[in-house]
Amino acid sequence: MFLLRRAIRFALSLVLVVLASFAMLHLIPGDPVRAALGPTAPREAVEQRRAELGLDRPWPEQLRTYLEKAATGDFGESFLTRQPAGQVIGDRLPATVQLVVVTMALALLVAVPLGMAMAARTHGGRGGRTELAFTSVTGGLSVIPEFLLAVAMIALFGVTLRWLPVAGKDGAASFVMPVLALAAGPTALLARLVRVETLRELSSDYVRLARAKRIPAVRLYLVHLLPNTLTSALTMGGLLLTSLLGGSVVVEYVFQWPGLGGTTVDAIADKDYALAQAAILVYGAVSLTVVFLVDVALGLLDPRSRARKSG
Amino acid sequence: MTKRLLEVRGLHVRYGRFPAVQDVSFEIGEGEILGLVGESGSGKSSVARALTGLAPRTGTVSGLGPREAQLVFQDPYASLDPRMTVGRSVAEGLPRGLGRAGRREEAARLLELVRLGRETAGRYPRQLSGGQRQRVAIARALGAGPRLLVADEVTSALDVSVQGAILNLIRELRAELGLSVLFISHDLAVVRYVCDRIAVMREGRIVECGTVGQVIEQPSHEYTKALLEAVPRLQ
Amino acid sequence: MNRMRSPSALAGLLLVLVTLVFAVIGPWLWGEEAARFDPLHILEGHSPEHLLGTDDGGRDLLARTLAATRQSVWLAVLATLITTALGIPLGALPSVLGPRTARFASGLIDSLVAFPVLLLAMFAALIAGTGARGAVVGIGVAAAPGLARLTRTLAGTVASSDYVAAARVLGASRAAVLVRHILPNIAEPLILTVTANLGYALLGLATLSLLGLGVQPPDYDWGRLLHDTLPRVYVDPEAVAGPALAVAVAGIGFTLLGESLARAAAREPSATSAPSASRGESRTELPPECGPLPGTPEAVLEVRDLSVSFGGATPVRGISFSVAPGETVGIVGESGSGKSLTALAIGGLVPRPGEVSGRVLLGGRPLEELSRRELGTRLAMVFQDPMAALNPALRVGSQLAEVATAHLGASRGQAWRRAVDRLGRVRLPDPAGDARRHPHEFSGGMRQRAVIAMGLMGEPELVVADEPTTALDVTVQKRVLELLAEVNETTGAAGLLISHDLAVVSRYCRRVLVMYAGRIVEELPSERLRHARHPYTRALVASSPDLSTDRSLPLATIPGLQPTPDEVPGGCAFAPRCGRVLERCRTDRPEPEDGLACWNPEDA
Repeated sequence: MFLLRRAIRFALSLVLVVLASFAMLHLIPGDPVRAALGPTAPREAVEQRRAELGLDRPWPEQLRTYLEKAATGDFGESFLTRQPAGQVIGDRLPATVQLVVVTMALALLVAVPLGMAMAARTHGGRGGRTELAFTSVTGGLSVIPEFLLAVAMIALFGVTLRWLPVAGKDGAASFVMPVLALAAGPTALLARLVRVETLRELSSDYVRLARAKRIPAVRLYLVHLLPNTLTSALTMGGLLLTSLLGGSVVVEYVFQWPGLGGTTVDAIADKDYALAQAAILVYGAVSLTVVFLVDVALGLLDPRSRARKSG
Repeated sequence: MTKRLLEVRGLHVRYGRFPAVQDVSFEIGEGEILGLVGESGSGKSSVARALTGLAPRTGTVSGLGPREAQLVFQDPYASLDPRMTVGRSVAEGLPRGLGRAGRREEAARLLELVRLGRETAGRYPRQLSGGQRQRVAIARALGAGPRLLVADEVTSALDVSVQGAILNLIRELRAELGLSVLFISHDLAVVRYVCDRIAVMREGRIVECGTVGQVIEQPSHEYTKALLEAVPRLQ
Repeated sequence: MNRMRSPSALAGLLLVLVTLVFAVIGPWLWGEEAARFDPLHILEGHSPEHLLGTDDGGRDLLARTLAATRQSVWLAVLATLITTALGIPLGALPSVLGPRTARFASGLIDSLVAFPVLLLAMFAALIAGTGARGAVVGIGVAAAPGLARLTRTLAGTVASSDYVAAARVLGASRAAVLVRHILPNIAEPLILTVTANLGYALLGLATLSLLGLGVQPPDYDWGRLLHDTLPRVYVDPEAVAGPALAVAVAGIGFTLLGESLARAAAREPSATSAPSASRGESRTELPPECGPLPGTPEAVLEVRDLSVSFGGATPVRGISFSVAPGETVGIVGESGSGKSLTALAIGGLVPRPGEVSGRVLLGGRPLEELSRRELGTRLAMVFQDPMAALNPALRVGSQLAEVATAHLGASRGQAWRRAVDRLGRVRLPDPAGDARRHPHEFSGGMRQRAVIAMGLMGEPELVVADEPTTALDVTVQKRVLELLAEVNETTGAAGLLISHDLAVVSRYCRRVLVMYAGRIVEELPSERLRHARHPYTRALVASSPDLSTDRSLPLATIPGLQPTPDEVPGGCAFAPRCGRVLERCRTDRPEPEDGLACWNPEDA
């Protein structure tokens, strides 16, 4: 029941994204084809391209064609290279997904234990220095944008120390800097969130009762606290994971990562609307999928949310 | 019973599909205090919210004009705007035509009516105790010139030693102003002390209604008997 | 403004001030130099004339960086204006509109925040066209859903408050509610968030310009400078360093300032409330001069000169009492009397940074000498709120079973069977099925039974119940209290029942301790409560209405308030409110003698 509701919402949002990506071409002021081909292109060429794209037909018909094609994975072809957009994206998407998945995994694996350990160490006003160090470091990391970290790392590890490759995707070493640049902010924010939520849970009655039972600390933290902390932290911090997608565009650009980000930036800069349209559609769908997966995970973690949402 | 102030017939309140109040009917006389008792989820607070326009209702409520029923809430820490002085809060319900000085004077008079000093007007809720805040909330309600005061669990957040003063105040206000009161509480002993008549609610319905003597001394409904039997008594 | 004392807020303020100064003076002082072409010195690295080197037109990069401050900050301000103009109204709508429109606005916000800001910005910039205008619109629009969501949450909290309900009953219009109540209560956090947003806008614009989608030549902002110098990072890192540092200083400054102030503002209300923001265990400390005295051998619980303090406040001040095997003792007092902290101290559960002094002996042995196993099995605790006392994420059965696996060496199967058995003993309708359920599937009464069953997993000698029925209805209260009495009866465990309700305590306890302002003022058999000798006990009894109170008289009340733990007067703490006060009461503290601490007691 809970899953069904979530799935319906996911599907509806997906439809909205598709409609938005379709509408995009029509929202651009002026003639997108003219804008793409440049002011010097002969009028016949522009007209011909408009006809090819179906832009000369009424928009309900265009929408139907768009939906039909999108359903079969046909996103039109690049205005510039004439390559099928679906193919370009298919070539580029895997590198982006690899980068993002590795980063998300790293962020969760670091932030959750770190935040909980910090809570355990600092609750009840103890460990003042640890707390100050933790909040300063994570506070700083959470506001530094990815590209600054990326540039600083390139200058230090890539150019000065020559430890790591500065660009491209070639083996495990090439992942280190992009993943770190992308993961730093979300990890810091998530760790703070996990700490705050753990502190809150630590002051709850059920923890007091669990302490009264004198169960081992490991069980207290792993069995009693972890599910509750994770639920509340993900409820508030789930969107951090989608924000990674935005960051990945920049990181890919700076590290010349062969992913979808660079392609999207180029497509927008070159006014290659068909490709940009498809890329944005893919990013939107991926964001929604992440949000959906977080929701499902939350539902599985927290028996209450299933009851609440279906009740 | 004295002259009738309010008549409620066939009151229903629903939240979505959940029927909180079902077919509730009662009357309140002028200057009368009617007690509404019941356990959590019995619908007694929904009746309060429906009468004051905070919850959607069906059924007929006759005898009261708009704003003539005013509500006092359970939690005196949540029912006053923390950023408003006591004076401004109390003045909130005053009629518009009074002018600045008139409003200030009227707010001070209301504060005195609830046995708080005039100087309380310049203070903020956080500077007051729970009992004092509850008095402010009562003064604010009185500012609208209500004919019915709906008191929803007004003493359950207070300590015993403070509770008595609020209960006394409600009885005194009734005597001084001829105010009618719908007094809602889960505490039978409190309701018995304050009210003239008592209605017992369970699962959205009134199961028994009568004078204090009838309901407390000779309860007719099984549920009322169970409630009375469960009230702990000092040995 | 002690909020400004936070180091991060101060750092943020400093960075913001530096940025603003350069935004004003930058173009005046360095504008000309920044625009001067020098074809002979293009793309140079660091030199005495050009500290950060030159660009492809031979223009000085340091001058360009400094001169770009105004443009960068100005665009961020414009973007933030757009964010604010869209986000705050959109977020305020749901709490002002009718329910249907509200749900639509809410749904819109929820779907929009799911998309990363940068992607929304790129989408918006794509439509508005690359360039400064597109970037400002893109960043401004893209940040709006986040601000709208915050506004909605803040406004929603205020709109659903009792004081807004009261205003509506008083006849206030929606607009009046918005202006009088909602806006003043959400203004401060919103302003701080907008400040932080300024930082994010600055960083976002720099990002777009860096990607080549923002400011286009001949205009330049920091992001554009980064775009142009980025390929040179391998050769002249200092060329990138200037604009990068500038972006960092300004962006981080605004964000730090806004966020640390917002956090401080959010913390403030709770900081003034009870000293219980966070809890932990703290051990009972032995006073060094006091050797290991043997306890009264027959007492299950003996408390000697117990005090609990938090910084300057001492909510429990030197109390002593004991509980014999099988005996049920009640502690009664109003909120703030220290009765619940006493219960926590007995369980060794006083939250940090609370400090406990004095001694607590369980079965004749000090608490700190008992092993975890002994504490976990010989002492059972029941707390006030059964909704909160069970872990919502775990099955009820496993929360019981863990006592047996942790302390009794039981296998999981044995522990589970024991849990089911104990749930049956507290008369849950379907013990085997109920063990597999989660707490939210239980009613309040069932949860409290489950908590009691948890105490029965070991072999409890003492059951400490702190307001076990306050959150329950009277009919449920009666059954839970009967169950507690039955548990004491059948297991022989002693009971310590803590409550604000005299009638509850008198009904289920043989002996009652009355607490006031952290001390036990009177100790007496429950049947003597009506004839108590301490004026406070008398007044408490008189002010509690019951089903035989005389309705023709005003209810007795106690004037004044119980002193808070940090301002307990010398002498008797009740003296300022006492009708029988003597001169001596105000100066000399009466010590308990034959169960009574009073200089001028009532006649028996």
